[in-house]
Amino acid sequence: MRPQDILMPAAAGLCCKAGGFHIDPVRPVERAVITHGHSDHARPGHGAVLATQETLDMMRLRYGENFARSTQAVTYGEEIRLGGVGVRFHPAGHVLGSAQIGVTCGGTRIVASGDYKDARDPTCTPLEIVPCDVFITEATFGLPVFRHGDASEEVKKLLASVKLFPERAHLVGAYSLGKAQRVIALLREAGYDAPVYLHGAMEEITQYYQSRGIDLGELRPVQGTKKADLAGTITLAPPSATSDLWTRRFPDPVTAFASGWMRVRARARQRGIELPLVISDHADWDGLTATIAATGAGEVWVTHGQEDALVHWCRSQGLAARPLDLVGYGEEDEAAATNEAEA
Amino acid sequence: MNRFAELLDRLAYEPGRNNKLRLITAYFREVPDPDRGYALAALTGALSFKHAKAGLIRDLISERADPELFRLSYDYVGDLSETVALMWPKAALPAGHNNPPPPTLTEVVTTLRTRGKTELPRQLSRWLDELDETGRWALLKLVTGAMRIGISARLAKTAAAALGGNDPHEIELIWPGLSPPYLDLFAWLEGRGDKPVNRDPAPFRPVMLAHAIEDEDFRNLDPADFIAEWKWDGIRVQAVSGRDANGHMQARLYSRTGEDITGSFPDLLPSLRLPGAIDGELLVLRDGRVQSFNVLQQRLNRKVVSPKLTREFPIHLRAYDLLGDDENDLRELPFAERRKRLQAFVKKLDDPRIDLSPTIAFDSWDALVAARANPAGAGAGEDADAVEGVMLKRREAPYLPGRPKGQWWKWKRDPHLIDAVLMYAQRGHGKRSSYYSDYTFGVWTDGEDGEQLVPVGKAYFGFTDEELLQIDRFVRRNTTEKFGPVRHVVHEPDQGLVLEVAFEGLQRSPRHKSGVAMRFPRISRLRWDKPPREADRLETLERMLKTVTGN
Repeated sequence: MRPQDILMPAAAGLCCKAGGFHIDPVRPVERAVITHGHSDHARPGHGAVLATQETLDMMRLRYGENFARSTQAVTYGEEIRLGGVGVRFHPAGHVLGSAQIGVTCGGTRIVASGDYKDARDPTCTPLEIVPCDVFITEATFGLPVFRHGDASEEVKKLLASVKLFPERAHLVGAYSLGKAQRVIALLREAGYDAPVYLHGAMEEITQYYQSRGIDLGELRPVQGTKKADLAGTITLAPPSATSDLWTRRFPDPVTAFASGWMRVRARARQRGIELPLVISDHADWDGLTATIAATGAGEVWVTHGQEDALVHWCRSQGLAARPLDLVGYGEEDEAAATNEAEA
Repeated sequence: MNRFAELLDRLAYEPGRNNKLRLITAYFREVPDPDRGYALAALTGALSFKHAKAGLIRDLISERADPELFRLSYDYVGDLSETVALMWPKAALPAGHNNPPPPTLTEVVTTLRTRGKTELPRQLSRWLDELDETGRWALLKLVTGAMRIGISARLAKTAAAALGGNDPHEIELIWPGLSPPYLDLFAWLEGRGDKPVNRDPAPFRPVMLAHAIEDEDFRNLDPADFIAEWKWDGIRVQAVSGRDANGHMQARLYSRTGEDITGSFPDLLPSLRLPGAIDGELLVLRDGRVQSFNVLQQRLNRKVVSPKLTREFPIHLRAYDLLGDDENDLRELPFAERRKRLQAFVKKLDDPRIDLSPTIAFDSWDALVAARANPAGAGAGEDADAVEGVMLKRREAPYLPGRPKGQWWKWKRDPHLIDAVLMYAQRGHGKRSSYYSDYTFGVWTDGEDGEQLVPVGKAYFGFTDEELLQIDRFVRRNTTEKFGPVRHVVHEPDQGLVLEVAFEGLQRSPRHKSGVAMRFPRISRLRWDKPPREADRLETLERMLKTVTGN
């Protein structure tokens, strides 16, 4: 069977006809296999949903109990049969519970990696390299200008700034699901043991992380804290909140933003960011190319992001490659300054 | 170089003027001569390295990186120096070698000045290998002279002045006589030396600029306080003459940014024979009639100024203001007074190539509105086509550098407006590289399949940052198809976004499907309230074509 007969792009997303399911469908479908909990990948209204326990829990938190007709929790490494197709979940290292989906049919294995990163992250299981024939990769940071460096060095930058401006509050824009918790965990690793403050929109999801055994130290809500008491503190907030009236409750805030986009100056400047922190939950250029090579795949399909450059690189390495023009993913990444979204 | 790179990096993210000043002043205080002097030179645009052009940077990266990946990266980042700084693959050092220390700013500047063209690429590559990402970025910004970090020369001088609590205006006055690394300037500012003297016989004076006037401004302004004149559609220049140490007359023509453009207009030089400094507009006159900007444009940026060119495009200076009269600096005088001195100066000069910009008589804002609407009938006569609008100058205003508030106003003629429908969007460049900021818009016409939209133009500015975010969001949510960087945006009679587009002129164009081309189109308003079916029709543009080109 040809790979494109196993998985094919359709209006609702990647479709496996033989298995009767879609991966991360953007429209309601009968059976959905979901890679991770970000809202552009995990949408409500499907019939049956297969995902990791964490992803299902996150969907429940966001959409309520009835987000799908039925759900099935799958653990990493467990093999499921759907029609004539084998489906297996592997860690993607993107956020808590994120998975790559291995689809095996007639001796051909395709891995749909969803979003992934190969960088260290204390809040989720590290990326597993899954040998396969066809690797479906994201390309959010698919340009050689994106080299993210060590996230703990960026956190040191933040701590240096807090030390330099003890009279000011530090407001760190970070996506609510994943990035915020990772930044807190990195702060703790760097020895920062003061309470970290949270915007209301990230309290619930952060508590969920803690309930899964991820130690984030003492967290406090911003709500109800006096302005003067916020001097010298660090607050995590959704990116959109760092530019609105909400910031008036802070004493002379330094606005930071933790995102891979911060690598490009124009991005930081346009958003009025004073302290750009290059911390990404997506693989950077080196991560993308290294992962593709490591899977041993002879064919690469490239989805959302900078497809052109990554397709070009694959071909220059002698790999068959093509862009999958899927609409609906990663859009929030770019429009994130105004929407509550995740990247 | 690292300390300078750190300064540039922090300045790039710092929005507040006062914080920028503090950062620069702190740098001048901390960093010794001559590094700080070269930094001041870099920030004021006083350094230029003739061999270090953008093309060289491109060559360097093409030796190290895949050209297609570079092209895509550059397209995304939108800034050559930043793209190369970010993607530069460092050469592997031979085993057992430590990283050499990165170069100092002085080392970079002096090396660049002395190295020949052939040695330059190797030298730059070595530095790029030695520096980190921020250092590489700063180095490339420096050598290509394209700083663009939101720092004006004025701001850098103000920061230097703050070292000694001096008035930045004092630096401006002596600036033309100074050169990097400004040891004498810093010595004076720190109280270790005398004030440097400006010995340039024909120095440039920083130009005074006007604010665009808004309707509501008029309520607070009294017509009696102002003198009005035409805003001519040419090039703003400063024509300066003075005697050098040997008593010889030196004449120079400067652009509004202080660039010496004397070489391009040798035909004007003989007319600048009286010592003084005129602020005026450069125009092309044929048979006494001012020609359009398009005609003037054909004289600009020519490497060789041939006799044929000067004959066919006779240059002319229309004088607005007099900044210096012989040895006297007139800039502190009120405008009304300077204007009198200018009249006398132009009369004494008595030269066909230099005339006085006429004032517009008015006693009320209504009278001025009428004059602006009909320049031909209000004194501009047959030159009315070359009138871009009206300038309002406060009688009492001294000549102040920059764009001081409430002194000068420019009031351009009404642009033309149409309502068009957004059809396609493309990602922008530079600061806008992550946003859909280039918009193709269309108007309705009768097509083969009934009513259809035909593209009539492309605009990529006019909107605010907030509006950009709104349009960007609209584009992302209403994309019907993607073709590479271009998105088709929904444009149905009941679905889509109407843009009010302002433009300066309209021409017939066989190259455009619609048959018309706009000059200087920009988005003036977002009409969220308007359904696309109510947008304008091609016939409206065709009617405008008749009236616009007819005047």
